[in-house]
Amino acid sequence: MNRTVARLTVLGLLGRRRGALLLVVPALLLVISVIARGADVDKHDLAVSILGQLSLGTLVPILGLVVGTGVIATEIDDGSIVYLLAKPLPRWKIITTKLAVAIVTTWVFAAVPTFLAGLILVGTQDNLAVAFTLGTMVSGAAYSALFLLLGVVTRHAVVAGLAYALVWESLVGNFVNGAKTLSVQQWGLSVARTVAADGSISAPVALGVAVPLLIVVTVAATAFASVKLAGLTLAAEE
Amino acid sequence: MAVITIDKVSRWFGNVVAVNDVSMSIGPGITGLLGPNGAGKSTLIHMMSGFLAPSAGAVTLDGEQIWRNQQVYRKIGLVPERESMYDYLTGWEFVLANAELHGLPDPGAAAERALALVEMEYAQERRTGTYSKGMKQRVKMASALVHDPSVLLLDEPFNGMDPRQRLHLMELLRRFGADGRTVLFSSHILEEVEQLARHIEVVVAGRHAASGDFRKIRRLMTDRPHRYLVRSSDDRRLAAALIADGSTAGIELDWQERALRIQAINFQGFTTLLPKVAKEAGIRLYTVSPDDESLESVFSYLVAS
Repeated sequence: MNRTVARLTVLGLLGRRRGALLLVVPALLLVISVIARGADVDKHDLAVSILGQLSLGTLVPILGLVVGTGVIATEIDDGSIVYLLAKPLPRWKIITTKLAVAIVTTWVFAAVPTFLAGLILVGTQDNLAVAFTLGTMVSGAAYSALFLLLGVVTRHAVVAGLAYALVWESLVGNFVNGAKTLSVQQWGLSVARTVAADGSISAPVALGVAVPLLIVVTVAATAFASVKLAGLTLAAEE
Repeated sequence: MAVITIDKVSRWFGNVVAVNDVSMSIGPGITGLLGPNGAGKSTLIHMMSGFLAPSAGAVTLDGEQIWRNQQVYRKIGLVPERESMYDYLTGWEFVLANAELHGLPDPGAAAERALALVEMEYAQERRTGTYSKGMKQRVKMASALVHDPSVLLLDEPFNGMDPRQRLHLMELLRRFGADGRTVLFSSHILEEVEQLARHIEVVVAGRHAASGDFRKIRRLMTDRPHRYLVRSSDDRRLAAALIADGSTAGIELDWQERALRIQAINFQGFTTLLPKVAKEAGIRLYTVSPDDESLESVFSYLVAS
């Protein structure tokens, strides 16, 4: 961790207009939860579908994308990254610091609202609020690492990330059974299932598979991003 | 003593060769890297600053490879050409952040010293996003100098500066050169390079075209036939008067253009001769335009010779 890198990253991420943008999605989740609370349906099913589909399935990947790419892709795009790179700083330190900022931001803007939404919807019943909060935290961390890597390796990180989140996670992950094993969202769900009361959440991926995969993806993405950053080439603008 | 050595370096992007088998050595004092736009100056500077790997050859600082070697930044200060620099920070915050990133023992004092050096204290509380081009350039300089580097690399530092800012920056660079630091800056303007650098490296179309003392290069560039296109109230009489003088090598009457195409031998001699001759003969000059004064033609002449 490097405090200066962290400070610059936080300022860049939450300053400008992105800070306000980050608030919109969680605010939407809370508003929907408040409205849905009044609906005359089974509270438990409602909570599982809102927290699982809307929060874990949509809010977390979107935030992960905005934040994961936002902590580094913007700087690489506008060239200001040279001021970080033209320093005797180990590249992995830059990456891990930026990753830490991304993860904490994702937790604040996705995990905290998820917890609140859970409380609004079902209170402490079946431990659902805590379960989904943990689920969003672990997948939020994995998404942050993945999208940060995308930000380093491609100039089209947002498009690539969107394609991944929409096509792979939402389409393939939801319809092809085998693909679920390789879905960050399902890993998060698997963690949530373990924490919640027995039988209250169904998740296709076993915890013994989900946790190692979460760790491997997060660590590998971070390591690869560090290597790529060390060899970052600034295109000659001639 | 810090010396950057470029040894048989080539760099290509796909099929395009940006730098072609260049070897040069840049030592203490000010060196100007001169060449037309697209000649490969930025590519060279990117390789010298560790942001681009050479496709072939080696770029080293005091014998140490620069590419993928973060430790070289203890010695190198880089002033990039691009302007973006954390617009939401004030000048002070920006320079201080750079000092901290270098891991300096007293970053506050270092930032203060660097900002004083470029005389930017007066605007250090303003956000860099509000700075003019010249101010940005100076704060970028401060950020590059904050760790007191022995090598300073500047990519087109005078671009977009007004004359006063230009003079100020030149004086600053002169001081660093006199301190025994290795200063390298790129430019596509001969006059700029000539005013500042005693040693000049010329690159044209990716090749190392010339190297050495500025007087030698100046001579190479000016002692060449210059072509002018001249229109006057009486082209024939003017032609007759001019051909009598030694500084003209040939004159052609261009009927279609209704103008004279004049080949001058000596640049200085001809530019003083022409108005004098015209005045004495009572001829009015309507157009005097250099035919081949574009930098590319000057450089291509240099390459051909």
